[in-house]
Amino acid sequence: MATSRTVKVRVNGVDHEATVEARKTLVDFLREDLGLTGTNVGCEHGVCGACTILMNGETVRSCIMLAVQADGAELMTVEGLAQPGGELHPIQESFRDKHGLQCGFCTPGFLMTTYELLSKHPHADEEEIKEWLSGNLCRCTGYQDILESVKLAATRLRNP
Amino acid sequence: MKPPRFDYYDPRTLQEALEILDAHQGDGKVLAGGQSLMPLLNMRLARPKVVVDINRIQALSYIRPMESGVAIGANARQRALQQENLIAERLPLLREAAYYIAHPQIRSRGTICGSLAHADPAAELPALAMALDAELVATGLRGARTIPSDSFFLSFFTTDLQPNEILTEVRFPAPPKDMAWSILEVSRRHGDFALVGIVAGLAVDQERQAVTDARLIYFGVGPTPIRVKQAERALIGQRPAEAAWDAAARVAGQGIDPSNDIHATEEYRRAVAATLTKRALRAALGKLKDLNASTGSA
Repeated sequence: MATSRTVKVRVNGVDHEATVEARKTLVDFLREDLGLTGTNVGCEHGVCGACTILMNGETVRSCIMLAVQADGAELMTVEGLAQPGGELHPIQESFRDKHGLQCGFCTPGFLMTTYELLSKHPHADEEEIKEWLSGNLCRCTGYQDILESVKLAATRLRNP
Repeated sequence: MKPPRFDYYDPRTLQEALEILDAHQGDGKVLAGGQSLMPLLNMRLARPKVVVDINRIQALSYIRPMESGVAIGANARQRALQQENLIAERLPLLREAAYYIAHPQIRSRGTICGSLAHADPAAELPALAMALDAELVATGLRGARTIPSDSFFLSFFTTDLQPNEILTEVRFPAPPKDMAWSILEVSRRHGDFALVGIVAGLAVDQERQAVTDARLIYFGVGPTPIRVKQAERALIGQRPAEAAWDAAARVAGQGIDPSNDIHATEEYRRAVAATLTKRALRAALGKLKDLNASTGSA
């Protein structure tokens, strides 16, 4: 039994260890304990996708997971996309070039969803892209530009 | 909001998990995929004293063949429905249905058994369990019992599962070889809960050109998935064509009990149920033709 636990995770290639309350969600752990505030907290019930990160290579909602459940896992957040020198990832460049972000709140979730999608399905067609993006909400309703951004990113990743 | 305080356990064996649950009769909640429980905790609609996380029980992470069909353990994820060859071979309907089950980002964590235990009447998996005559295995300290799906779902979010039991396995028998299936739903956004959904099964005698068997299970239109036997009976013996689908669609409305809510009126849901009935039967018939073409029997 425990109300708090020590959690060890590797996030964007860096090892972290911290003691957290069992009830703490993974997204709050990332933001408050590890200082990785790129991942946003949106609806807190799994609908909006703003908190989407990668856990062991698969996208998950970090707002409906407990930090203690990530013990031993390898995580990737939006901070892990750009090069250490600050050079943007082709997905980020494509979102910039196609105006795939407006207020930017939902953007980290969209980027991480796009990252898994294009890692596993580099030739994803429009239907497939739409199915994956349907798990993320943009309240500025910039969906067309986001769709174009993902298509451009797919092309760039296939032809680096 | 944030989850309330609770005592957290993550046992390595089923026996330990059952002992913890049993010691906290009614105050414990099982955490598997968490895609339904965590929202309830975040919104404080659930305030268990104890959370028993079963994710570290390796023995429950499996999808394996049975003599006919497949057995799926409590920790098998919804994504496995799309990834496992065994599902593609033996239960292609489940593979097809996964497309409708939330989003890839939810299916990565969400478990098949978790959705069944949660028993949201608008969810796909309970309807699929009913349609395919699945059996659910509830395990407690005194042993396991097997529950047919049509007596497992009792009401909204309510099942036959006892507070000291864990839904450890669901068994999907392979459906009859001569039956074709389809699943359809209407939701506000792809991946959201269905306003109305249907799982339809159809068998046709090719020589007589008559429907020999039918299954019609609706979801999102009552407290549990609803099998409408009157509509199934309306199809038996009929020529597999539009007139029969129309008749089934009309009768279907008598067996369902949709609610009015912020998303849709009762009237709208009834109209959608009728339309989906026709579309699903057309789709099933199309698959039967493909099936017959590939086996050369027609």
